[in-house]
Amino acid sequence: MSKPLIEVNHLSKFFNLGNNNILKAVNDLNFSIEQGETVGVVGESGCGKSTAGRTMMRLYEPTEGEVLFNGKNIYSMRGSELKQLRRDMQMIFQDPYASLNPRMTVMDIIGESLDVHKLVSSRKERKKRVEQLLDLVNLNAAHASRYPHEFSGGQRQRIGIARALAVNPKFIIADEPISALDVSIQAQVVNLLQDLQRDMGLTYLFIAHDLSMVKHISDRVAVMYLGKIVELARSEDLYSDPRHPYTRALMSAIPIPDPDVEQTRERIVLSGDLPSPIHLPTGCPFHTRCPIATDKCKVDAPKLLEVKDKHFAACHYA
Amino acid sequence: MSDQTLKKQDFAKLDRTEQPKELVVRESISAWKDAWLRLKENKLAMISLYVLIVIALFAIFAQFMTPYDYKTNDLSSTNLPPGPDHWFGTDALGRDMFERTWMGAGISLQVGLYAALVDLVLGVIIGGIMGYYGGKVDEILNRFCEIMYSIPSMLVVILLIVVLEPSMFTIVLALSITGWINMAWIVRGQVMQLKNQEYVLAARTIGASTSRIMFKHLIPNALGPIIVTITMTVPSAIFAEAFLSFLGLGVQSPAASLGTLINDALKAMTVYPWRMLFPAILISLTMLCFNIFGDGLRDALDPKMKK
Repeated sequence: MSKPLIEVNHLSKFFNLGNNNILKAVNDLNFSIEQGETVGVVGESGCGKSTAGRTMMRLYEPTEGEVLFNGKNIYSMRGSELKQLRRDMQMIFQDPYASLNPRMTVMDIIGESLDVHKLVSSRKERKKRVEQLLDLVNLNAAHASRYPHEFSGGQRQRIGIARALAVNPKFIIADEPISALDVSIQAQVVNLLQDLQRDMGLTYLFIAHDLSMVKHISDRVAVMYLGKIVELARSEDLYSDPRHPYTRALMSAIPIPDPDVEQTRERIVLSGDLPSPIHLPTGCPFHTRCPIATDKCKVDAPKLLEVKDKHFAACHYA
Repeated sequence: MSDQTLKKQDFAKLDRTEQPKELVVRESISAWKDAWLRLKENKLAMISLYVLIVIALFAIFAQFMTPYDYKTNDLSSTNLPPGPDHWFGTDALGRDMFERTWMGAGISLQVGLYAALVDLVLGVIIGGIMGYYGGKVDEILNRFCEIMYSIPSMLVVILLIVVLEPSMFTIVLALSITGWINMAWIVRGQVMQLKNQEYVLAARTIGASTSRIMFKHLIPNALGPIIVTITMTVPSAIFAEAFLSFLGLGVQSPAASLGTLINDALKAMTVYPWRMLFPAILISLTMLCFNIFGDGLRDALDPKMKK
């Protein structure tokens, strides 16, 4: 088996809110991503998906743990090594209205990556490269001199993708790249991401809360709950045979685009609210809302164990 | 409802590849151009801008418009009323008031602009550091600003001018010693708000340096409030200078600012009112125009403020 491109070991990110309140946004994350693979991360709002992505991008320094990129810990990188990492790892952001500097033209937004890494030697070359990148994401190259507010959400998101691609990255973290977009545009952007993956051999970490979209794009899916991965499996396995009660509840919420089957769909409605990540429940973090929780769950936190071939779940009863 | 019903054969499948790439038809307009267009709509602000330009032009070129200069005494023609020879009359030493008034306007404008410039540089640098780094750095600098702010600024200004010789340099220095704090706070607030924007994070993910993030991403987006603060600083500096001149701490004779002219004229206000009239009108006009223009600029740069 080849070595994974990304290896996440015991990654934790806590935020100190003062007054001894510690928000455990990401709590002991372990997984790996193979070269050319897409790993989806799903979970409800506030479960730490975005924080995990940003910490892996080294926008935040982790509280504990390490992320290995090609076998090297990214948090110990300095200077030119870190700069090379910035070329290898890129990020696509959630809000296409906030992720582009309103005072810069598209040419400068995409060209900035080229400038920072000195990838072009002349203005002419820079212009050519930016136009090439715009073409790659199906935007009209003639619009390079325009400002972000002149584009629609989907177009802006594609500008954001072009910016990420400018440095020829190997690994892209897509932080809910489609959740701010209109449904009709979502498919467009997802298809673009898939085409780019095929053509350029990219590896993705795809963060989202839309389960059907994640299933469509991901090879493997990780389900997060309160900063922890509760289930990790190949996407077919996860969707056909979810083992963790939380995943089952999530799956039961996906509408089925067939009226006859949809009528028989049984929803598992979870009781209660998401517990505060400042005061995590003891034992299994999910026991407060779990339909099958027992006394054991209240004291004993289950580990993420392999329940089937390459199918991991963190539940005593999986 | 119409009686025509749509049937399946009414629809034809479009070939996606034949569709042209999306077109944006509107002419490209930058945020600055947009703001300028909005400012042009605002009549009052534009009139103020023109008046300020005229005042500035007169302050520069008035010296070439009459045979007199601002400092030559002519004791044979003191305290003359406005007339064809001396357009604004003369003062107690027979100096031409037209020249002195415009010279005063020039000095007042310079004091205002230099004070605003010093505030801008200090405020943006210190405010930017506070906002961007946050944490301990912010805490310490912010406490320092609060301490500076709590000292009565006029007292500091007067003390400083008494210790140093009164001149334009000392006045600007004295006004800036506490003046930059407001600007620093405004920049700090803006930077704090902007630094977590996704485009700043995006700049960090591509490995942009701190100075690049500061000057390419943060400052340009905070420029609206910064410019507005400047246009409000200029009139307050002009006013502060006039106030100091009134106390006799302004620029020293034979040079003059609008404040010193009014101070001189005060002694004979009831007898020779025109000596006070022109500088007073000019200083009021300048401050009014700066305030209206600053207001208009704020509306133009921040379209959300309107309606």
